[in-house]
Amino acid sequence: MITRTTFAGFGGQGVLLMGYVLCHGGMHKGLDVTYFPSYGAEMRGGTANCTVTLSDKKIASPVASKPDALVAMNYPSLEKFEPTVAENGTVFLNSSLFTETPSRDDIEVLQVPTAELAREVGSDRGANMVMIGAVCAKTGLLTVEETIKGMEGALKGKEKFFPQNQKAIERGFAFVADGK
Amino acid sequence: MPSEKMLMIGSHVVAEAAVRAGCRYYFGYPITPQNELPEYLSARLLEVGGTFIQGESEVSSINMVLGASAVGARTMTSSSSPGVSLKQEGISYMAGMELPGVIINMMRGGPGLGNIAPSAADYFQATRGGAHGDYRTPVLAPAGGQELVDLTFVAFDLADKYRTPVMLLGDGLMGQVMEPVIFPDFIDLKDLPEKDWIVDGCEGREPRALFSMFLGQQGELYQHNLHLQEKYDKITAEEMRWETNCPDDAEMVVVAYGTAARIAESAIEELEAEDLRLGLFRPITLWPFPKPALRELSKKVPKVAVFEFSLGQMVEDVIFSVGERAEIYFHGLPGGIIPTPADVADFLRSAAKGDGKVGRRIDV
Repeated sequence: MITRTTFAGFGGQGVLLMGYVLCHGGMHKGLDVTYFPSYGAEMRGGTANCTVTLSDKKIASPVASKPDALVAMNYPSLEKFEPTVAENGTVFLNSSLFTETPSRDDIEVLQVPTAELAREVGSDRGANMVMIGAVCAKTGLLTVEETIKGMEGALKGKEKFFPQNQKAIERGFAFVADGK
Repeated sequence: MPSEKMLMIGSHVVAEAAVRAGCRYYFGYPITPQNELPEYLSARLLEVGGTFIQGESEVSSINMVLGASAVGARTMTSSSSPGVSLKQEGISYMAGMELPGVIINMMRGGPGLGNIAPSAADYFQATRGGAHGDYRTPVLAPAGGQELVDLTFVAFDLADKYRTPVMLLGDGLMGQVMEPVIFPDFIDLKDLPEKDWIVDGCEGREPRALFSMFLGQQGELYQHNLHLQEKYDKITAEEMRWETNCPDDAEMVVVAYGTAARIAESAIEELEAEDLRLGLFRPITLWPFPKPALRELSKKVPKVAVFEFSLGQMVEDVIFSVGERAEIYFHGLPGGIIPTPADVADFLRSAAKGDGKVGRRIDV
Protein backbone atom coordinates (compact mmCIF):
# COMPACT_ATOMS: atom_id res chain seq x y z
CA MET A 1 0.00 0.00 0.00
CA ILE A 2 1.28 3.45 -0.88
CA THR A 3 -0.83 6.62 -0.91
CA ARG A 4 0.19 10.14 -1.79
CA THR A 5 -1.92 13.13 -0.79
CA THR A 6 -1.32 16.72 -1.86
CA PHE A 7 -2.70 19.54 0.30
CA ALA A 8 -2.86 23.02 -1.22
CA GLY A 9 -4.31 26.43 -0.44
CA PHE A 10 -3.53 29.96 0.72
CA GLY A 11 -0.88 30.48 3.38
CA GLY A 12 -2.84 30.74 6.65
CA GLN A 13 -5.51 28.14 5.84
CA GLY A 14 -3.69 25.50 7.84
CA VAL A 15 -2.66 23.58 4.75
CA LEU A 16 0.71 22.43 6.10
CA LEU A 17 -0.86 21.49 9.45
CA MET A 18 -3.24 19.09 7.68
CA GLY A 19 -0.15 17.41 6.24
CA TYR A 20 1.47 17.20 9.70
CA VAL A 21 -1.67 15.58 11.13
CA LEU A 22 -1.77 12.92 8.41
CA CYS A 23 1.97 12.34 8.81
CA HIS A 24 1.88 11.96 12.60
CA GLY A 25 -1.23 9.80 12.40
CA GLY A 26 0.43 7.54 9.82
CA MET A 27 3.55 7.18 11.95
CA HIS A 28 1.39 6.42 15.00
CA LYS A 29 -0.26 3.68 12.94
CA GLY A 30 3.16 2.16 12.22
CA LEU A 31 3.42 3.25 8.57
CA ASP A 32 6.45 4.82 6.90
CA VAL A 33 5.71 8.47 6.15
CA THR A 34 7.28 11.38 4.28
CA TYR A 35 6.18 15.01 4.28
CA PHE A 36 7.38 17.21 1.43
CA PRO A 37 6.50 20.93 1.62
CA SER A 38 6.76 23.41 -1.19
CA TYR A 39 8.94 26.26 -0.18
CA GLY A 40 9.50 29.44 -2.07
CA ALA A 41 10.62 32.99 -1.64
CA GLU A 42 6.99 33.96 -0.98
CA MET A 43 5.63 33.70 2.55
CA ARG A 44 2.59 35.72 3.62
CA GLY A 45 -0.50 35.64 1.43
CA GLY A 46 1.10 33.26 -1.02
CA THR A 47 0.21 29.70 -1.85
CA ALA A 48 1.26 26.74 0.25
CA ASN A 49 1.28 23.07 -0.55
CA CYS A 50 2.67 19.84 0.77
CA THR A 51 2.62 16.19 -0.22
CA VAL A 52 2.34 13.42 2.33
CA THR A 53 3.15 9.82 1.45
CA LEU A 54 2.04 6.89 3.61
CA SER A 55 3.21 3.35 2.92
CA ASP A 56 3.45 0.00 4.67
CA LYS A 57 6.88 -0.37 3.00
CA LYS A 58 9.91 1.91 3.04
CA ILE A 59 9.17 5.01 0.94
CA ALA A 60 11.73 5.84 -1.74
CA SER A 61 10.79 9.21 -3.26
CA PRO A 62 9.13 11.90 -1.12
CA VAL A 63 8.20 13.59 -4.42
CA ALA A 64 5.04 12.18 -6.00
CA SER A 65 4.49 11.73 -9.74
CA LYS A 66 0.69 11.67 -9.38
CA PRO A 67 -1.03 12.16 -6.02
CA ASP A 68 -3.88 9.76 -5.28
CA ALA A 69 -5.75 12.48 -3.44
CA LEU A 70 -5.80 16.27 -3.73
CA VAL A 71 -7.11 18.60 -1.05
CA ALA A 72 -7.77 22.02 -2.58
CA MET A 73 -8.58 24.67 0.00
CA ASN A 74 -8.95 27.39 -2.66
CA TYR A 75 -9.74 27.56 -6.35
CA PRO A 76 -6.21 28.37 -7.64
CA SER A 77 -5.02 25.16 -5.97
CA LEU A 78 -7.65 23.12 -7.82
CA GLU A 79 -6.62 24.71 -11.12
CA LYS A 80 -2.93 24.12 -10.48
CA PHE A 81 -3.01 20.56 -9.17
CA GLU A 82 -6.05 18.97 -10.87
CA PRO A 83 -3.98 17.82 -13.87
CA THR A 84 -1.51 16.00 -11.57
CA VAL A 85 -4.07 13.78 -9.80
CA ALA A 86 -3.90 10.06 -10.62
CA GLU A 87 -6.73 8.45 -12.58
CA ASN A 88 -9.51 7.34 -10.21
CA GLY A 89 -8.02 9.64 -7.58
CA THR A 90 -10.08 11.72 -5.18
CA VAL A 91 -10.32 15.49 -5.01
CA PHE A 92 -11.52 17.23 -1.83
CA LEU A 93 -12.80 20.77 -2.33
CA ASN A 94 -13.34 23.48 0.24
CA SER A 95 -16.87 24.41 -0.86
CA SER A 96 -17.09 27.15 1.79
CA LEU A 97 -14.82 29.18 -0.45
CA PHE A 98 -15.56 28.08 -4.03
CA THR A 99 -18.09 25.99 -5.92
CA GLU A 100 -16.16 25.22 -9.10
CA THR A 101 -15.51 21.52 -9.73
CA PRO A 102 -12.86 19.68 -11.77
CA SER A 103 -13.32 19.38 -15.53
CA ARG A 104 -11.97 15.80 -15.51
CA ASP A 105 -14.46 12.95 -15.23
CA ASP A 106 -12.01 10.24 -14.16
CA ILE A 107 -11.68 11.50 -10.58
CA GLU A 108 -14.03 11.39 -7.63
CA VAL A 109 -15.03 14.71 -6.04
CA LEU A 110 -16.09 15.48 -2.48
CA GLN A 111 -17.15 19.04 -1.65
CA VAL A 112 -16.74 19.81 2.04
CA PRO A 113 -18.31 22.98 3.52
CA THR A 114 -15.42 23.25 5.98
CA ALA A 115 -16.14 26.65 7.53
CA GLU A 116 -19.86 25.95 8.10
CA LEU A 117 -19.15 22.57 9.70
CA ALA A 118 -16.37 24.01 11.86
CA ARG A 119 -18.66 26.82 13.02
CA GLU A 120 -21.30 24.24 13.93
CA VAL A 121 -18.90 22.61 16.41
CA GLY A 122 -17.58 25.83 17.85
CA SER A 123 -15.05 27.68 15.72
CA ASP A 124 -14.47 28.67 12.08
CA ARG A 125 -10.80 28.19 12.67
CA GLY A 126 -11.22 24.43 12.71
CA ALA A 127 -11.95 24.33 8.96
CA ASN A 128 -8.69 22.51 8.22
CA MET A 129 -9.41 19.96 10.97
CA VAL A 130 -12.87 19.27 9.50
CA MET A 131 -11.19 18.74 6.14
CA ILE A 132 -8.51 16.35 7.41
CA GLY A 133 -11.27 14.41 9.17
CA ALA A 134 -13.19 14.15 5.92
CA VAL A 135 -10.04 13.13 4.00
CA CYS A 136 -9.13 10.36 6.44
CA ALA A 137 -12.73 9.13 6.59
CA LYS A 138 -13.23 9.04 2.82
CA THR A 139 -9.85 7.52 1.94
CA GLY A 140 -9.75 5.18 4.92
CA LEU A 141 -6.12 6.18 5.54
CA LEU A 142 -6.69 6.70 9.28
CA THR A 143 -9.45 5.91 11.74
CA VAL A 144 -10.94 8.77 13.73
CA GLU A 145 -8.82 7.76 16.75
CA GLU A 146 -5.65 7.67 14.63
CA THR A 147 -6.47 11.06 13.13
CA ILE A 148 -6.92 12.55 16.60
CA LYS A 149 -3.59 10.99 17.68
CA GLY A 150 -2.04 12.56 14.59
CA MET A 151 -3.43 15.98 15.54
CA GLU A 152 -2.04 15.60 19.05
CA GLY A 153 1.37 14.63 17.69
CA ALA A 154 1.39 17.54 15.25
CA LEU A 155 0.38 20.07 17.94
CA LYS A 156 2.50 18.78 20.82
CA GLY A 157 2.88 21.57 23.38
CA LYS A 158 -0.38 23.23 22.33
CA GLU A 159 -2.71 20.96 24.33
CA LYS A 160 -5.31 23.69 24.88
CA PHE A 161 -6.35 23.34 21.22
CA PHE A 162 -6.89 19.57 21.40
CA PRO A 163 -10.58 19.46 22.47
CA GLN A 164 -11.76 21.94 19.84
CA ASN A 165 -9.72 20.27 17.11
CA GLN A 166 -11.01 16.85 18.13
CA LYS A 167 -14.60 18.05 17.69
CA ALA A 168 -13.77 19.41 14.24
CA ILE A 169 -12.06 16.16 13.16
CA GLU A 170 -15.07 14.14 14.39
CA ARG A 171 -17.38 16.47 12.44
CA GLY A 172 -15.38 15.76 9.28
CA PHE A 173 -15.77 12.01 9.83
CA ALA A 174 -19.51 12.43 10.48
CA PHE A 175 -19.90 14.46 7.29
CA VAL A 176 -18.51 11.58 5.22
CA ALA A 177 -20.57 8.97 7.08
CA ASP A 178 -23.87 10.86 6.90
CA GLY A 179 -23.34 12.90 3.75
CA LYS A 180 -24.24 16.09 5.58
CA MET B 1 19.22 5.65 25.49
CA PRO B 2 18.24 6.03 21.83
CA SER B 3 15.37 8.46 21.23
CA GLU B 4 11.84 7.38 20.43
CA LYS B 5 10.80 7.62 16.78
CA MET B 6 10.52 11.31 15.93
CA LEU B 7 9.14 13.19 12.92
CA MET B 8 11.57 15.94 11.96
CA ILE B 9 12.67 17.91 8.93
CA GLY B 10 16.10 17.08 7.53
CA SER B 11 17.85 20.25 8.71
CA HIS B 12 16.69 19.65 12.29
CA VAL B 13 17.73 16.01 12.05
CA VAL B 14 21.31 16.93 11.14
CA ALA B 15 21.40 19.53 13.94
CA GLU B 16 20.18 17.12 16.63
CA ALA B 17 22.48 14.36 15.37
CA ALA B 18 25.46 16.73 15.57
CA VAL B 19 24.65 17.56 19.20
CA ARG B 20 24.41 13.88 20.05
CA ALA B 21 27.69 13.22 18.20
CA GLY B 22 29.39 15.62 20.58
CA CYS B 23 29.35 18.89 18.65
CA ARG B 24 29.19 21.73 21.17
CA TYR B 25 30.42 24.57 18.96
CA TYR B 26 28.48 25.79 15.93
CA PHE B 27 29.39 28.79 13.82
CA GLY B 28 27.36 29.84 10.81
CA TYR B 29 25.77 32.56 8.77
CA PRO B 30 22.14 32.36 7.56
CA ILE B 31 21.18 31.32 4.05
CA THR B 32 18.05 29.66 2.62
CA PRO B 33 17.28 26.73 2.37
CA GLN B 34 19.11 25.61 5.51
CA ASN B 35 18.18 28.29 8.06
CA GLU B 36 16.20 25.76 10.08
CA LEU B 37 19.50 24.10 11.00
CA PRO B 38 21.12 27.08 12.80
CA GLU B 39 17.70 28.10 14.12
CA TYR B 40 17.41 24.73 15.87
CA LEU B 41 20.96 24.80 17.20
CA SER B 42 20.66 28.36 18.49
CA ALA B 43 18.30 27.01 21.15
CA ARG B 44 19.53 23.43 21.43
CA LEU B 45 23.22 24.13 22.07
CA LEU B 46 22.34 26.30 25.06
CA GLU B 47 20.51 23.35 26.62
CA VAL B 48 23.65 21.19 26.48
CA GLY B 49 26.14 23.85 27.57
CA GLY B 50 27.39 24.49 24.04
CA THR B 51 28.09 27.64 22.09
CA PHE B 52 26.18 28.97 19.10
CA ILE B 53 27.60 31.93 17.23
CA GLN B 54 26.14 33.60 14.18
CA GLY B 55 29.28 34.99 12.60
CA GLU B 56 29.32 38.24 10.66
CA SER B 57 29.88 36.23 7.47
CA GLU B 58 30.59 32.77 6.11
CA VAL B 59 34.30 33.57 6.06
CA SER B 60 34.40 34.40 9.77
CA SER B 61 32.25 31.36 10.60
CA ILE B 62 34.53 28.83 8.94
CA ASN B 63 37.54 30.46 10.61
CA MET B 64 35.81 30.15 13.99
CA VAL B 65 35.39 26.44 13.19
CA LEU B 66 39.13 26.33 12.43
CA GLY B 67 39.91 27.96 15.79
CA ALA B 68 37.58 25.75 17.83
CA SER B 69 39.02 22.69 16.13
CA ALA B 70 42.59 23.79 16.91
CA VAL B 71 41.81 23.59 20.62
CA GLY B 72 40.22 20.16 20.27
CA ALA B 73 36.46 20.76 19.98
CA ARG B 74 34.02 18.82 17.83
CA THR B 75 32.73 21.70 15.74
CA MET B 76 30.77 22.40 12.61
CA THR B 77 29.29 24.96 10.27
CA SER B 78 26.47 24.75 7.77
CA SER B 79 25.39 26.69 4.72
CA SER B 80 24.02 26.36 1.22
CA SER B 81 25.91 26.59 -2.07
CA PRO B 82 26.88 30.31 -2.35
CA GLY B 83 27.78 30.33 1.35
CA VAL B 84 29.87 27.18 1.01
CA SER B 85 31.80 28.84 -1.81
CA LEU B 86 32.72 31.61 0.63
CA LYS B 87 33.97 29.05 3.14
CA GLN B 88 36.38 27.41 0.72
CA GLU B 89 39.47 29.35 1.77
CA GLY B 90 38.99 28.26 5.38
CA ILE B 91 38.44 24.65 4.32
CA SER B 92 41.73 24.65 2.41
CA TYR B 93 43.52 26.05 5.50
CA MET B 94 41.93 23.35 7.65
CA ALA B 95 43.07 20.67 5.19
CA GLY B 96 46.58 22.13 5.24
CA MET B 97 46.63 22.36 9.04
CA GLU B 98 45.00 18.93 9.34
CA LEU B 99 42.10 20.17 11.42
CA PRO B 100 38.91 18.13 11.81
CA GLY B 101 35.54 19.81 11.35
CA VAL B 102 32.20 19.17 9.69
CA ILE B 103 30.74 21.32 6.93
CA ILE B 104 27.09 20.84 5.95
CA ASN B 105 26.05 21.94 2.46
CA MET B 106 22.30 21.87 1.74
CA MET B 107 22.74 22.63 -1.95
CA ARG B 108 20.64 25.17 -3.89
CA GLY B 109 20.68 26.34 -7.49
CA GLY B 110 23.75 28.14 -8.86
CA PRO B 111 25.99 29.52 -10.25
CA GLY B 112 26.20 32.82 -8.41
CA LEU B 113 23.30 33.43 -6.08
CA GLY B 114 21.21 31.15 -8.30
CA ASN B 115 17.92 30.40 -6.56
CA ILE B 116 16.72 28.73 -3.37
CA ALA B 117 15.38 25.56 -4.97
CA PRO B 118 17.14 22.21 -4.49
CA SER B 119 20.10 21.37 -6.68
CA ALA B 120 23.12 19.07 -6.70
CA ALA B 121 25.48 21.13 -8.81
CA ASP B 122 28.24 21.45 -6.18
CA TYR B 123 29.58 17.93 -6.79
CA PHE B 124 32.75 19.16 -8.49
CA GLN B 125 33.44 21.72 -5.76
CA ALA B 126 32.83 19.20 -2.98
CA THR B 127 34.79 16.28 -4.42
CA ARG B 128 37.72 18.05 -6.06
CA GLY B 129 38.99 19.91 -3.02
CA GLY B 130 37.00 23.08 -3.50
CA ALA B 131 39.74 25.65 -2.98
CA HIS B 132 43.44 25.88 -3.84
CA GLY B 133 46.06 23.24 -3.15
CA ASP B 134 46.49 19.49 -3.38
CA TYR B 135 43.84 18.29 -0.97
CA ARG B 136 40.64 16.32 -0.84
CA THR B 137 37.71 16.44 1.53
CA PRO B 138 35.76 13.30 2.38
CA VAL B 139 32.19 13.89 1.16
CA LEU B 140 29.19 11.99 2.55
CA ALA B 141 25.95 12.07 0.57
CA PRO B 142 22.94 10.99 2.63
CA ALA B 143 19.64 10.17 0.96
CA GLY B 144 17.66 11.80 3.78
CA GLY B 145 15.78 10.36 6.76
CA GLN B 146 17.67 8.05 9.09
CA GLU B 147 20.82 8.30 6.98
CA LEU B 148 21.07 11.98 7.90
CA VAL B 149 21.45 10.87 11.52
CA ASP B 150 23.88 8.07 10.83
CA LEU B 151 26.14 9.95 8.43
CA THR B 152 26.33 13.01 10.70
CA PHE B 153 27.90 10.72 13.33
CA VAL B 154 30.19 9.22 10.67
CA ALA B 155 31.24 12.72 9.54
CA PHE B 156 32.47 13.69 13.01
CA ASP B 157 34.23 10.36 13.48
CA LEU B 158 35.98 10.51 10.08
CA ALA B 159 37.03 14.11 10.72
CA ASP B 160 38.71 13.19 14.02
CA LYS B 161 40.15 9.89 12.76
CA TYR B 162 41.91 11.46 9.79
CA ARG B 163 42.28 15.04 11.07
CA THR B 164 40.46 16.45 8.06
CA PRO B 165 37.45 18.62 7.28
CA VAL B 166 34.53 16.42 6.18
CA MET B 167 31.56 17.57 4.12
CA LEU B 168 27.99 16.33 4.43
CA LEU B 169 26.38 17.06 1.07
CA GLY B 170 22.59 17.31 1.12
CA ASP B 171 20.19 19.50 -0.82
CA GLY B 172 17.43 21.99 -0.09
CA LEU B 173 14.71 19.39 -0.56
CA MET B 174 16.34 17.00 1.91
CA GLY B 175 16.57 19.79 4.46
CA GLN B 176 12.83 20.46 4.24
CA VAL B 177 11.42 16.93 3.97
CA MET B 178 10.04 15.51 7.23
CA GLU B 179 10.50 11.82 8.01
CA PRO B 180 10.62 9.57 11.06
CA VAL B 181 14.08 9.10 12.59
CA ILE B 182 15.57 7.54 15.70
CA PHE B 183 18.61 9.15 17.33
CA PRO B 184 21.30 7.15 19.10
CA ASP B 185 22.26 8.17 22.61
CA PHE B 186 24.62 11.10 23.19
CA ILE B 187 28.25 10.11 22.92
CA ASP B 188 30.41 10.91 25.92
CA LEU B 189 33.17 13.24 24.76
CA LYS B 190 35.45 11.65 27.37
CA ASP B 191 35.23 8.36 25.45
CA LEU B 192 36.84 9.87 22.32
CA PRO B 193 40.55 9.28 21.67
CA GLU B 194 42.76 12.02 23.09
CA LYS B 195 43.91 14.58 20.53
CA ASP B 196 47.65 14.87 21.11
CA TRP B 197 48.12 17.72 18.64
CA ILE B 198 45.79 20.45 19.91
CA VAL B 199 47.03 23.87 20.99
CA ASP B 200 45.30 24.28 24.33
CA GLY B 201 48.13 25.73 26.42
CA CYS B 202 51.54 24.12 26.95
CA GLU B 203 52.15 24.38 30.66
CA GLY B 204 54.21 21.36 31.64
CA ARG B 205 54.85 20.20 28.07
CA GLU B 206 56.60 21.21 24.86
CA PRO B 207 54.79 23.91 22.87
CA ARG B 208 52.93 22.78 19.75
CA ALA B 209 52.05 24.71 16.61
CA LEU B 210 49.45 24.31 13.87
CA PHE B 211 50.07 26.02 10.56
CA SER B 212 49.49 25.67 6.84
CA MET B 213 52.54 27.64 5.63
CA PHE B 214 55.77 25.74 5.05
CA LEU B 215 58.59 28.02 3.92
CA GLY B 216 61.50 25.81 5.04
CA GLN B 217 64.34 25.13 2.63
CA GLN B 218 64.45 21.35 2.98
CA GLY B 219 61.39 20.53 0.87
CA GLU B 220 59.13 21.00 3.87
CA LEU B 221 55.96 21.67 1.86
CA TYR B 222 56.85 18.85 -0.52
CA GLN B 223 57.04 16.44 2.42
CA HIS B 224 53.84 17.84 3.91
CA ASN B 225 51.95 17.27 0.65
CA LEU B 226 53.26 13.72 0.40
CA HIS B 227 52.09 13.15 3.96
CA LEU B 228 48.63 14.49 3.10
CA GLN B 229 48.52 12.30 0.00
CA GLU B 230 49.30 9.22 2.09
CA LYS B 231 46.33 10.11 4.25
CA TYR B 232 44.06 10.54 1.21
CA ASP B 233 45.24 7.19 -0.15
CA LYS B 234 44.35 5.56 3.17
CA ILE B 235 40.90 7.17 3.16
CA THR B 236 40.39 5.98 -0.43
CA ALA B 237 41.38 2.44 0.52
CA GLU B 238 39.32 2.22 3.70
CA GLU B 239 36.36 4.58 3.68
CA MET B 240 34.39 4.09 0.44
CA ARG B 241 30.68 3.64 1.03
CA TRP B 242 27.91 2.75 -1.37
CA GLU B 243 24.63 0.86 -1.62
CA THR B 244 23.71 -1.53 -4.43
CA ASN B 245 20.35 -3.05 -5.18
CA CYS B 246 20.72 -4.83 -8.48
CA PRO B 247 19.01 -8.04 -9.65
CA ASP B 248 21.33 -10.56 -11.34
CA ASP B 249 19.51 -10.25 -14.65
CA ALA B 250 19.36 -6.43 -14.65
CA GLU B 251 19.69 -4.94 -18.14
CA MET B 252 20.64 -1.53 -16.79
CA VAL B 253 21.91 -0.06 -13.53
CA VAL B 254 20.94 3.46 -12.48
CA VAL B 255 23.61 5.53 -10.73
CA ALA B 256 22.36 8.41 -8.58
CA TYR B 257 23.07 9.89 -5.15
CA GLY B 258 21.15 11.81 -2.48
CA THR B 259 17.58 12.86 -3.23
CA ALA B 260 18.03 12.02 -6.93
CA ALA B 261 18.67 8.40 -5.92
CA ARG B 262 15.38 8.23 -4.02
CA ILE B 263 13.42 9.64 -6.94
CA ALA B 264 15.21 7.18 -9.23
CA GLU B 265 14.35 4.31 -6.87
CA SER B 266 10.65 5.14 -7.16
CA ALA B 267 11.02 5.33 -10.95
CA ILE B 268 12.61 1.86 -10.93
CA GLU B 269 9.67 0.56 -8.86
CA GLU B 270 7.22 2.07 -11.38
CA LEU B 271 9.04 0.39 -14.29
CA GLU B 272 8.89 -3.07 -12.69
CA ALA B 273 5.31 -3.19 -14.00
CA GLU B 274 6.69 -2.78 -17.55
CA ASP B 275 9.11 -5.70 -17.16
CA LEU B 276 12.18 -3.50 -17.22
CA ARG B 277 14.81 -5.11 -15.01
CA LEU B 278 16.78 -2.27 -13.44
CA GLY B 279 19.24 -1.96 -10.57
CA LEU B 280 20.34 0.98 -8.47
CA PHE B 281 23.89 1.90 -7.47
CA ARG B 282 24.02 4.72 -4.92
CA PRO B 283 27.40 6.21 -3.97
CA ILE B 284 27.34 7.31 -0.32
CA THR B 285 30.89 8.67 -0.27
CA LEU B 286 31.26 10.95 -3.29
CA TRP B 287 34.93 11.31 -2.44
CA PRO B 288 36.28 8.74 -2.31
CA PHE B 289 33.94 7.69 -5.14
CA PRO B 290 33.32 3.91 -4.96
CA LYS B 291 34.95 3.25 -8.32
CA PRO B 292 35.99 -0.40 -7.79
CA ALA B 293 32.44 -1.44 -6.82
CA LEU B 294 30.88 0.29 -9.81
CA ARG B 295 33.57 -1.10 -12.09
CA GLU B 296 32.74 -4.66 -10.99
CA LEU B 297 29.02 -4.04 -11.47
CA SER B 298 29.57 -2.66 -14.98
CA LYS B 299 31.17 -5.95 -16.01
CA LYS B 300 27.84 -7.68 -15.43
CA VAL B 301 25.30 -5.08 -16.57
CA PRO B 302 25.34 -3.89 -20.20
CA LYS B 303 24.03 -0.36 -19.56
CA VAL B 304 24.57 2.34 -16.95
CA ALA B 305 22.12 5.25 -16.62
CA VAL B 306 23.22 8.31 -14.63
CA PHE B 307 20.69 10.74 -13.20
CA GLU B 308 21.69 13.97 -11.43
CA PHE B 309 20.26 17.28 -10.20
CA SER B 310 22.95 18.96 -12.29
CA LEU B 311 23.86 19.09 -15.96
CA GLY B 312 26.57 16.48 -15.52
CA GLN B 313 29.16 16.29 -12.74
CA MET B 314 29.11 12.88 -11.01
CA VAL B 315 28.81 11.36 -14.48
CA GLU B 316 32.54 12.03 -14.91
CA ASP B 317 33.35 9.72 -11.99
CA VAL B 318 31.00 7.15 -13.50
CA ILE B 319 32.91 7.38 -16.78
CA PHE B 320 36.21 6.90 -14.89
CA SER B 321 34.73 3.83 -13.19
CA VAL B 322 32.93 2.19 -16.11
CA GLY B 323 35.01 3.16 -19.13
CA GLU B 324 33.91 1.23 -22.18
CA ARG B 325 32.68 -1.81 -20.25
CA ALA B 326 29.06 -0.66 -20.53
CA GLU B 327 27.02 1.90 -22.47
CA ILE B 328 26.59 5.07 -20.39
CA TYR B 329 23.47 7.26 -20.59
CA PHE B 330 23.03 10.57 -18.80
CA HIS B 331 20.09 12.76 -17.84
CA GLY B 332 20.43 15.81 -15.63
CA LEU B 333 18.38 18.79 -14.61
CA PRO B 334 19.70 22.17 -13.55
CA GLY B 335 18.81 23.68 -10.17
CA GLY B 336 15.33 25.00 -9.57
CA ILE B 337 13.39 22.06 -10.97
CA ILE B 338 12.16 19.16 -8.86
CA PRO B 339 11.69 16.12 -11.08
CA THR B 340 9.12 13.44 -10.29
CA PRO B 341 9.67 9.69 -10.50
CA ALA B 342 7.62 9.77 -13.74
CA ASP B 343 10.17 12.16 -15.30
CA VAL B 344 13.03 9.84 -14.38
CA ALA B 345 11.06 6.82 -15.64
CA ASP B 346 10.82 8.54 -19.06
CA PHE B 347 14.61 8.81 -19.14
CA LEU B 348 15.13 5.19 -18.06
CA ARG B 349 12.70 3.89 -20.71
CA SER B 350 14.51 5.93 -23.34
CA ALA B 351 17.94 4.75 -22.18
CA ALA B 352 16.80 1.13 -22.13
CA LYS B 353 15.68 1.47 -25.76
CA GLY B 354 18.67 3.63 -26.64
CA ASP B 355 16.39 5.96 -28.64
CA GLY B 356 17.93 9.19 -27.31
CA LYS B 357 14.54 10.85 -26.70
CA VAL B 358 15.28 11.78 -23.07
CA GLY B 359 18.86 12.33 -21.92
CA ARG B 360 21.80 11.33 -24.07
CA ARG B 361 24.33 8.60 -24.64
CA ILE B 362 27.81 9.51 -23.43
CA ASP B 363 30.53 9.02 -26.00
CA VAL B 364 33.39 7.71 -23.85
